[in-house]
Amino acid sequence: MPRLINLVPVDTSIDFMKRRLHALVLSVVLMVAAVVSLGVQQLNFGIDFAGGILVEARMPAEPDMGALRDRLNGLGLGAVSLTHIGEDARDVMIRVQQPEDTTDEQESAALKAIQGVLGDSVEYRRVELVGPKVGGELIEAGIWAVSLSILAIVVYIWFRFEWQFAVGAMVALIHDVLITLGLFSVLRLEFDLTTVAALLTLAGYSINDTVVVYDRVREKLRKFKKLALVDLLNLALNKTLSRTILTSLTTLIAVLSLLFLGGDVLRNFSAALAFGIIIGTYSTVYVAVPILVYFDLRREAVAGEDPEAEAGADGGPAPADKAGG
Amino acid sequence: MLYFAKWKIGLVLAICLAGLFFSVPNAIRGQADTLPSWWQPVTLGLDLQGGSYLLLEVETDVVVREQLEALVESARAELRSARIRYVGLGVEGTSAVVTIPQVDQRDEAGRLLADLDDAVTVTDEADGRFVMALTEEAMLERRNQAVEQSIEIVRKRVDETGTREPTIQRQGQTRIIVELPGVDDPQRIKDLIGRTAKLNFHLVDDRVSPQELNAGQTPPGTEIMPAAENNAGGPPRYAVRKRVEVSGDRLVDAQPNFQDNQPVVSFRFDTAGGSRFGRVTQENVGENLAIVLDGQVISAPVIREPILGGSGVISGRFSVQETQDLALLLRAGALPAPLTVLEERTVGPGLGADSIEAGALASLLGLVLVVVFMIASYGLFGGMAVVALFINLFLLLGALSLLGATLTLPGIAGIVLTMGMAVDANVLIFERMREEARNGRTLMNSIETGFRQAFKAIVDANVTTLVAAGLLFYFGSGPVKGFAVTLSIGIVSSMFTAVMVTRLMVVTWLRRGQHKALPI
Repeated sequence: MPRLINLVPVDTSIDFMKRRLHALVLSVVLMVAAVVSLGVQQLNFGIDFAGGILVEARMPAEPDMGALRDRLNGLGLGAVSLTHIGEDARDVMIRVQQPEDTTDEQESAALKAIQGVLGDSVEYRRVELVGPKVGGELIEAGIWAVSLSILAIVVYIWFRFEWQFAVGAMVALIHDVLITLGLFSVLRLEFDLTTVAALLTLAGYSINDTVVVYDRVREKLRKFKKLALVDLLNLALNKTLSRTILTSLTTLIAVLSLLFLGGDVLRNFSAALAFGIIIGTYSTVYVAVPILVYFDLRREAVAGEDPEAEAGADGGPAPADKAGG
Repeated sequence: MLYFAKWKIGLVLAICLAGLFFSVPNAIRGQADTLPSWWQPVTLGLDLQGGSYLLLEVETDVVVREQLEALVESARAELRSARIRYVGLGVEGTSAVVTIPQVDQRDEAGRLLADLDDAVTVTDEADGRFVMALTEEAMLERRNQAVEQSIEIVRKRVDETGTREPTIQRQGQTRIIVELPGVDDPQRIKDLIGRTAKLNFHLVDDRVSPQELNAGQTPPGTEIMPAAENNAGGPPRYAVRKRVEVSGDRLVDAQPNFQDNQPVVSFRFDTAGGSRFGRVTQENVGENLAIVLDGQVISAPVIREPILGGSGVISGRFSVQETQDLALLLRAGALPAPLTVLEERTVGPGLGADSIEAGALASLLGLVLVVVFMIASYGLFGGMAVVALFINLFLLLGALSLLGATLTLPGIAGIVLTMGMAVDANVLIFERMREEARNGRTLMNSIETGFRQAFKAIVDANVTTLVAAGLLFYFGSGPVKGFAVTLSIGIVSSMFTAVMVTRLMVVTWLRRGQHKALPI
């Protein structure tokens, strides 16, 4: 049998909790930076939310961009951007952002005018028009979706665990979502409907990761009633470390292949997911679990029937568990 | 624990085979037409096969306003015939108002107004001012009716253009979603469904002098309408009576035609409409009858003789295409209210094909990497997890096909993500087994404990992700919804394959030989 790869040393005893203050500072700094960026330069809303027109067209021949731009600007439609897109030199992308008080009728008329400029011999690859009314509603729906999913997840955790875990999970989720939003704001990445889908997915992924570790914390809480909480949390993190790394890697592999090969349409979506997986893994180890230290976890409340405690097959916390990593 | 009842083995195998069976049509997509309706490949979303998505809003305020205007007209007629003096009759907001100056006529007026329409509540305010308001239910019903009618008419108009398999459905209170697979330029369809095509015949009010017409002064019951673009040689404005003599609802047929070598549209009324048209033309010989389309006068010919046959022609400055479109619109019927395009998303077949290619490539690479990674990490058991992963993919594809779900580009991303996450359950189980084995348990015991202990974490972790996916489905639209569907099905099927299928394989491996150590 060939030797199997062991990505993580067996039986680690890294003292994650020792660095919890550094991590706390880092997380707070990142979150504050995210809030500042969101406040100052907001998000670069795509047309899904801002409303507007996007036309991706394949011209019959490589177009004279300057002349085309002049003709488009001549329509007087507000901010018109014209860029090349993709690998084919004939492909152009036109984006129009109209003032906020534009009506749906004006929006339709603007699209017609653009198509008039492009002429009949172009191949339309993508045409999107989102009226101002719908854009506003989509923002609202997006905010609801993200907030409600965080709430629903927290309620589920509260139901399955204890309220302290629910609070920890909520803080970790808000941490992940906020920092991802901040990244989109700082890098001016386009924020659209699929980005919201990515946010919800990363919330689901991040919580998935957190729950696995929490599950182990609960198990250890029942088993070792006298162990100091910090050591117990370290033990749970170390026991699940190999799984955390393996799963993050397989998922990241899949998402990175989407990012590089999935095409233009999915690029922002995959970028958000890839970043989310990294931040989600970080937040599990350095946000969701350390935060439990600040609560008085009532062990009696989580201590229930546990057949494993009686079986006694587990070696128990070795002294090494208390050693620094 | 490590024992599988025969029926359980049978059930697991049956589910796996069903997944395989229902995925097969996707491999022979080209022959989908010959397959039975319950055995079809998964439907591709508009973003993959190309097509157009339109979100339309029915301007239902217009129908309420129209109903109020009709109410005003009938109030005018009633009050006049009862010789009651009135002032200030008109529409105000969502009600019609009138004031009766003479005190002794107010009671009678109140009775008359109350009898006009069941759906109207009449309140007698101070000083003889009557407010006629449509009841909340009546307004709601009228709006609802307008949306339902609009959907029918949009369907008829789209069908007439020969689009294959359009989907037209209502969304929310006042909106309509139109999905047109394979349409890469919806301009003509937008033009067709963007027109109300309300055809009405009004009498021209010849009491209005050209000076009054220019000054915009009209007697009550008469209004000024502009000439349509196609109006041939008429004045730019007409003073027409508000009363609709015959309406286009009564049309049973309309065809493009030629008259004196000019393209025209010929039409035919139903029996009731025909006799009404006959009577109107009989009583008003010598007057002008305005043919009004969407509030614009196409022409206003003089009635030379009664037209009793129930048919006629609309002439104007039309091109052949215009008469064809107009005839189509008249045949399909008028929209009860104008439609506005709120959202339009069109993907050309080229981009759709590119997206499929990119999605397939990304999935394939992701799959290969995950397979290599799992086998490298877990050897034989990793191989079992890979088999489970493939079964999972078949189950996912089979379920999507069977449910008639739509696969979108984000949906493909959902599949790729599922592959990454599907092995998570196996990773959890295998890591737990390793851990138990290190703690000195026997082979059997560590495998058993590994499955049992990991199962709790798997359920909790997956239910939370399912919650997020469920909300995504509820709040998302179009492609995002497709992503939520694939993600949800992927989570459920991956739990099944990780827990049941892998365990079946591990148990079979245990029974088939004398194993002493965990192969991972």
